[in-house]
Amino acid sequence: MHVPTMAEFLASGEQPEVLFWVGCAGSFDQRAQKITRAFVQILDKVGIRYAILGKEEMCTGDPARRAGNEFMFQMMAYQNIQILNGYHIKKIVTACPHCFNILKNEYPALGGQYEVIHHATFIQQLIDSGKIRMKEGGTFKGKKITYHDSCYLGRANDIYDAPRHVIEALDAALVEMKRCKSNGLCCGAGGAQMFKEEEKGDTRINIDRSNEAIDTGAQVIAAACPFCNTMLTDGVKNREKEDEVQVLDIAEMVAASMA
Amino acid sequence: MAYLQQIAFVVLAAASIWLFARNIGRIRKNILLGRDEDLADQPGKRWKNMLLLAFGQKKMFRNPLVAILHFIIYAGFVIINIEVLEIVLDGLLGTHRLFFEPLGGFYTFVINVFEWLALLVIVVCIVFLSRRNVLKLKRFISNDLDGWPRSDANYILVSEIILMSLFLFMNAADRSLQNLGSAHYSDTGDFAVSGFLVPMLKGLSEGQLITLERVCWWVHIAGIFAFLNYLPYSKHLHILLAFPNAYYARLNPVGEMDNMKQVQNEVLYMMQPELAPPASADAAPMKFGAKDVADLSWKNLLDAYSCTECGRCSSACPAWTTGKKLSPRKIMMDTRDRLEEVGRNMRVNGGQFKDDGKTLLNDYISVEELRACTTCNACVQECPVSISPLSIILELRRSLIMEDSNAPQEWNAMFSNIENNFAPWKFSPDERDQWTLDLEQKG
Repeated sequence: MHVPTMAEFLASGEQPEVLFWVGCAGSFDQRAQKITRAFVQILDKVGIRYAILGKEEMCTGDPARRAGNEFMFQMMAYQNIQILNGYHIKKIVTACPHCFNILKNEYPALGGQYEVIHHATFIQQLIDSGKIRMKEGGTFKGKKITYHDSCYLGRANDIYDAPRHVIEALDAALVEMKRCKSNGLCCGAGGAQMFKEEEKGDTRINIDRSNEAIDTGAQVIAAACPFCNTMLTDGVKNREKEDEVQVLDIAEMVAASMA
Repeated sequence: MAYLQQIAFVVLAAASIWLFARNIGRIRKNILLGRDEDLADQPGKRWKNMLLLAFGQKKMFRNPLVAILHFIIYAGFVIINIEVLEIVLDGLLGTHRLFFEPLGGFYTFVINVFEWLALLVIVVCIVFLSRRNVLKLKRFISNDLDGWPRSDANYILVSEIILMSLFLFMNAADRSLQNLGSAHYSDTGDFAVSGFLVPMLKGLSEGQLITLERVCWWVHIAGIFAFLNYLPYSKHLHILLAFPNAYYARLNPVGEMDNMKQVQNEVLYMMQPELAPPASADAAPMKFGAKDVADLSWKNLLDAYSCTECGRCSSACPAWTTGKKLSPRKIMMDTRDRLEEVGRNMRVNGGQFKDDGKTLLNDYISVEELRACTTCNACVQECPVSISPLSIILELRRSLIMEDSNAPQEWNAMFSNIENNFAPWKFSPDERDQWTLDLEQKG
């Protein structure tokens, strides 16, 4: 399977339907790379004409901006927008809610206007339009699954239903945590916390959240954000439950269940 | 004697309204110390927000039981104030129950509605007092409320109970006097709630009853004037400011951070020097983020005065609930306290702020608090009156990083990785597409 780049499309004088913005976690983090691969497998199987920027992609600047470093953010935004506009990008899909939020809400003021869609919504649309069909009796059929809302997908952008529809399409039994949807508890990674030690406290946020998820009795904790995935995976390990409880991205679950 | 009462009333009313207007003027001035921010667009959406969020208390209904209890106090406050209109007119004109003559039986009906509401308000205030002091709900006993804020909340509830009781005892004394056939006390018929108090007053003479009725009347209206003047010093100011605060709520998606146009331009001129305007010698030096209250937007400052310290933000905050130092409620309280201090400083120094060696950042809000925020927006989501503690946190963080270069070492490493490798981790940009290799090999 070949993952096409924008440069290749340009060379052949063609334009993809959608740019897949991979993001730093999806590109470099070994766990998140699996999510990235699962998502391009879906794209490939459905026959979507997509492309990635490849080596030309850069950090959106999200952690720098949230940490307070506006200069660094503006530098990254400037360079990314130059590249995106240079390729005349119209539509972007990404598997990272932080990239999604920045591309959708913060780049327009800086001259980067695109239709931006998160992979949860993208996959849901493919399911709704019948382009993704699930295997009979797939891996997740009847399994108890809980979904952890990413803050930047949920509260920041009001996307609560799309990932849940995707899980329901797997014939799984969705169980909710007490703090879900707009009441959802953060995994602890946002606001550049991912890149520093947590401040002093009674417990770590990801441990609190993972315990809540494990206590639902779910066999799978579904996430739609590579950072949430890391934090929850750590939390599950902390409880020594990694043999019983899996932390999976919805793209991985769909890729494993497609007919 | 009657004239004396009228004069005393006019003096009391004028003094309390003057004092209230002066304090509200000071608060307005303090709020306007903030940076300009244009929040007058889309009036349709804004009126809708005010109607739903402030008038309809939509967000309170995230917890329906508490919302109903709170709504009773709110409705009681608004509706019983119609009765205050009569009380004020009686006070000014030297009349007694001015509206009874023209309204007749309907008057008694309306007073009965007020009495039922007054009773409900008393019951709810007792429930609220016990939530704070007996059940000790976590968000009411946490240490960010220590001292004045905790007393403030109790004073408000106790005052409301006293005011409502005075209203009921006033009616009971009035009805007793009616039963005695005392002059000036026209027969309104029995009152629904205070009727139960009438037997308690049985042994009192006409003179004693008149004294009781007058004392209740005076203490009640004086109490209302006192309460009005308590508002500017109290968290209870939310009963007024919730309305403008909902109107001026930011309408952008909550995930969107405010853009810093000046930094955007600076980067643009660095990348494309041909676009830069000629340098001017008298350009003011740039200031980044907020170090003190005047660096915040006026909306942040209005937020601070609108906060009623309910603590829904902190109860939902991932940092606070896991024992970190950050409490979004404290961020709002600190902002208001510092703003009040700056306002006082300016008043005693002829309108000019005299440096007191303090700033909101560091002296009120510590670096550790700011560093604990995950920007998850739970506090913003929870706030019933459209406050954003997050906005203040992010502005202070900007100042920390861009003015003071104060970042934890890991963040500095992250910044330099982004700058050099275009990713927050130390990977070569050449490896960005290495994840594709596995797939390519699979064919």
